[in-house]
Amino acid sequence: MLRACCALAVARALGARADEPAAEPPPEAVAPPQPGDVLVYALGARTNQPIALADVAAGAKQITAFPMDPKTRRVRDGTRLNQLIVVRIAASLLSEETRSRAADGVVAYSGVCTHTGCDVTDWVAPAQHLKCPCHESEYDPGDAARVVSGPAPWQLAALPLKIVDGVLAVAAPFVGKVGFAQPGSPSGE
Amino acid sequence: MLARSSLESRQTVCRRCAFSKARAASAAVGLLALVAFMQLAKAAEPARNYSAVTDARLVSPEPRNWLMYRRTYDSWGYSPLDKINARNVQELVPVWSASTGTTEGHQSPPIVNDGTMFITTPFNQVLAYDAASGELLWRYQRRMPPDIRMGHPTNRGVALLGDKLYMATSDAKVVALDARTGRVVWDKAVEDYNGGYYMTMAPLAARGKIMVGVSGGERGIRGFVVALDAETGSEVWKTYTIPGPGEPGHESWPGDSWKTGGGPVWVTGSFDPALGLTYWGTGNPGPWTGDRRPGDNLYTSSVLALDVETGKLRGYHQYHWNDSWDWDEVSAPLLIDVQRDGRTVHGLVHPARDGYLWFLERAESGISFVAAKPYVTQNVFTSIDPKTGRPSYDESHKPAVGKSAKYCPSLWGGKDWPPAAYSPKTGLLYIPANENLCSEMEGDDTEYRRGQQFTAAQTNDFTVAAGATHIGELQAWNVKTRERAWTHEYASPNWGPVLATGGGIVFEGGTSDRYFHAFDAATGKQLWQYRTNSGITGVPTTFEVGGVQYVAVQSGWGVDAQGMLGRIDKARGTDTVVPQGGVIWVFALHSR
Repeated sequence: MLRACCALAVARALGARADEPAAEPPPEAVAPPQPGDVLVYALGARTNQPIALADVAAGAKQITAFPMDPKTRRVRDGTRLNQLIVVRIAASLLSEETRSRAADGVVAYSGVCTHTGCDVTDWVAPAQHLKCPCHESEYDPGDAARVVSGPAPWQLAALPLKIVDGVLAVAAPFVGKVGFAQPGSPSGE
Repeated sequence: MLARSSLESRQTVCRRCAFSKARAASAAVGLLALVAFMQLAKAAEPARNYSAVTDARLVSPEPRNWLMYRRTYDSWGYSPLDKINARNVQELVPVWSASTGTTEGHQSPPIVNDGTMFITTPFNQVLAYDAASGELLWRYQRRMPPDIRMGHPTNRGVALLGDKLYMATSDAKVVALDARTGRVVWDKAVEDYNGGYYMTMAPLAARGKIMVGVSGGERGIRGFVVALDAETGSEVWKTYTIPGPGEPGHESWPGDSWKTGGGPVWVTGSFDPALGLTYWGTGNPGPWTGDRRPGDNLYTSSVLALDVETGKLRGYHQYHWNDSWDWDEVSAPLLIDVQRDGRTVHGLVHPARDGYLWFLERAESGISFVAAKPYVTQNVFTSIDPKTGRPSYDESHKPAVGKSAKYCPSLWGGKDWPPAAYSPKTGLLYIPANENLCSEMEGDDTEYRRGQQFTAAQTNDFTVAAGATHIGELQAWNVKTRERAWTHEYASPNWGPVLATGGGIVFEGGTSDRYFHAFDAATGKQLWQYRTNSGITGVPTTFEVGGVQYVAVQSGWGVDAQGMLGRIDKARGTDTVVPQGGVIWVFALHSR
């Protein structure tokens, strides 16, 4: 059972074989999330389908998402810097800042850890914290994804949300820096 | 002052290109009359000579030099230099130091070729210095792609061949630089970093080839070693550590698990020039718990003998099958020959992450098992087959999906990547070990997602043995008798690569108290220590310039050493602060 599911996932994720260079994604696929973009599932059986508000359970593990241009239906999955994580937090656990960006308790953040750029894929259920598996940085999604513990230097970039026709949509561009700092690298052109 | 080279303006900043200036001057000289040329020739000579590195020099390096990761192809980490010795090591003082300008784990050895030193730092920076004066000759910086996952921000050093040096990069490329200027000669991708591949090891240079392996055992890669032509960067051969369909060993992987089965190679291999064979340690299979991939999972957690010319697999030994503990066996075995029962045993010696010290024999026909014994507390192996060396397991200490199991040593093993050293003078092998640590792990059913973490496991608990008074150890083992000669204990964990010298000294850092230590190689008595800027996980080296012997090491705490310390703090309720930041330190005798 597990084997079958994983094999499918492998085939899908690999797409082109490693020895065939992938085609350059079109500009709209790598553009950052735009206001009005709809959030779609990045993984699983409902990949590329819009995420309905009703499908996001409070306190549940984060859903991985990408923004999609609702007109062209182009998913902006050409760069992993557009990878988003979505969770729903009880109103009592939301800071004022985060409440202003939330849609009915649902918040979205960049899925790229600010420490060394790994994917923030783990969920600490008791504390309702987002966690990076690489070096165990934990973020509080109820409070602007501030760093609770671990080596991450700053919070995850936040993506303000709204609800359009019952599905999650982008209300405003990212707040904060997406990606991680590269110490010692040249500091600009 | 800060002259950027036009060709690599984004990547290379050339601070003091003494060599290129000299070359420009040299060209101008050609326009002058012969007499003028004769007069000017001396002044127009390159400001520094650079001794081309030949195969012969790599096989038999001058005592004064340290030309590769472990100095010699046998991976001894030994220098015959003896001006610094047990009688005077107390007089060792720093003679120059330099900030690397970056953070994270500084692990590379200062590589020295006739007075020119090269170090690498995290984020794939290379710095070239005058090894005696500390003058910075050039600096190469590399901008990482913004979407990279920098799981292990570190680099373990350069390889030298001809007038070039070579570095494997975090974005899965090999870059060749002109050793005199730092200019990029070629830059070749060996894999796609978005697929979870990255590189941290110092390449192995031999027979006109630059050999590297790939990291990513936690990200669903299929490991390999690739040899590139040193002049052009084009691929000469590539050998996967996981056999494909139709190849022997493929049957040790169910279904498609081989495609994402890990088996990375991230520490420099050893080389036996007489046999023409390179020896590589391979890392863990993935995902972490073995029930996700029932079978032996060849050739993970193994040593491979690869033909240097063709890459053909000529032998292997798997230290432990169906790894379920994240016990990479990436350190290459040391090639140590001993006399036993009236014959020379051409040995392979490996202090393993699985907590056992392995003695194997190498030959043209392959690798055979000799003996193995634990050097730290190990509760997984119940026995070792005396003929094959295959261990049997206590299943209660083997984690699986939905089954949490505790095991010792921890997932970082008895010894992780920091290299052991061997001294032919003492006949002792020096192992940087960690004792008294255990892990608890439980697998889950996480699916593969390209490039993402694919351990499919949670490390639930990390424990320090009750009543433990120490964690780190420097152990010395007699290779001939296979008995332990001495042990030095540290309260701190030990992540210190080891240097052994002809002066009868063993050097290492490794502890969170930031000390660089010197021990009597025969007795283990501590003779000297010096407190540096940060914790030392760098490989120490020694070299001679102008008749003076120097010892050099980078200090800069980070990556797994920091990760383990965090786990120990959590288990003990302590808070050990070791600020990051890299510095290269160079020591010599006060009375030099």
